[in-house]
Formats: sequence, C-alpha cells, structure tokens
Amino acid sequence: MISRWEDIIIETLSRFLVPFMQIYSLYVLAHGHGSPGGGFQGGCIFAASFVLLVIAYDIFEAKKRFSEKINGIFCALGVFIYTGIGWLCLLLGGNFLDYGKLSKILPTDPVMARYYGMAGIETGVQITVMAIMVSIFLDLATAGRHEGALEEEDVGVDSK
Amino acid sequence: MIKKIVSIVIAIFATSALLIGVKDFPNWADPNQPASLHVSPRYIEETVAETGVPNMVTSVLADYRGYDTMFETSVIFTAGVAVMMLLRRPYKND
Repeated sequence: MISRWEDIIIETLSRFLVPFMQIYSLYVLAHGHGSPGGGFQGGCIFAASFVLLVIAYDIFEAKKRFSEKINGIFCALGVFIYTGIGWLCLLLGGNFLDYGKLSKILPTDPVMARYYGMAGIETGVQITVMAIMVSIFLDLATAGRHEGALEEEDVGVDSK
Repeated sequence: MIKKIVSIVIAIFATSALLIGVKDFPNWADPNQPASLHVSPRYIEETVAETGVPNMVTSVLADYRGYDTMFETSVIFTAGVAVMMLLRRPYKND
C-alpha cells in the first residue's frame, strides 16, 4: 500500500496537483473571515496534499519534504500559537483571548486588532490540524511502523 | 426472555418520557424561541462593529467563543498524540 507503484501519469499529475491544493488551502484559511472556511478546513486540505504525495509516490518521498521531526514540532506549534495569542492578550492587560488589547502592539485600532487576532488563531488551528492529520494518516496506514513497514513488506516478514 | 421483556418495557417508558418533553419544544425556526432571544441578536447586530469580520460564523467561533475553539484544537492535538502513543513502533533507521 505504501510501497512505490511507479506510474508516470499518476506521479506527474499529483506533482502538478499538490501546489494547487496547498495554495487552495491557504486561500480557504485567508478567506475564512469573509466566506465559509477557516483553520480546520484549510488544515485538512493541506494535509490531503501530503496524503496524495504518500499515495502517488511513497513514504520516503513524502518524508523528504515533511520530516517526522518537523511534523511533531508543528503538531504542538499550532496549539502554542493559539494559546500564545491568548496569553499575549492577558499580558497586555485584557482577558484571556481578548484580541482587542492587541492594538497596543499592532498598528491598528482595537476593532481591526480583533480581526487580526482571529486570523492568528486560525493560522494556529491550521498548523495543528495539518500536522495531526498527516501524523494520524501515516500511523494508521503503516500500523505505526512508517518506513519499517515498507522494509518488512519487501522481505515478507509480515505477510500473514 | 424475562430480561428482554423488562428491557423493552424500560425502553418504552423512557421513550415516552422523552416524547412528553418534545411537545414543550418551540416550533421549528420560531424567531421567538428562547435560544434566539438571548445573545443571538447581539451577535447579529454587533459583529461587524465590534470585530470587523463580515462572517458571523467566524466571529462567534474564534472571538466570542474562543475558549471553545481553543479546546477543540487541543482535542485534535490530544487525539493525534494518543494515536502516536498507541500505534507508533520503533523502526530501524539505517
């Protein structure tokens, strides 16, 4: 399932498709304020581009672009951005997640500071959802063995 | 057999108790139902003036109910960490 299939049509098409999916996911994130969308949906679309890479190529090719260590860091980074913005509002003299107080450090009025605070936390949500979706997909698809699953498949250890 | 009959009787009584409560529900999409009178009008009227966001869903999700979304994100993080802990095995790294 994770081993390389080597079909030039599928590989070329998915190579063209991946950047468009990622830009579309950033569009969904950035336009979450004015239209349906936001961090959860955008993160899932972004993760889908990595899932497509794993399916069309193999797990090595996908991990060259998005290593396991960076994935693990990104999982926590998104939650950290979200709660960090909350704490920043607390330090600036407001309540937790009271984005209006961000106007003290942003060059805007309190109303637009709330707008940008929302954009910031949606970015955090996007990063966490993206990294977690990729991590869960890799763990479930390879039974937690990642590259090890491919080696065992070739040798035939786990054929039962 | 007697167990089955008892559980069916209990299920019928519980269902009818819940159905009695249903008749006190407000009508579908009734603008005067309690849920529509409390904070909803304020969100509808003040969202653009208070937050500058044209999309009401985003302002409620990320600003007025920011705690909720924060812990939703934490739940996703926790779910991912739980899958890692349950499934991930050490593998040879040449």
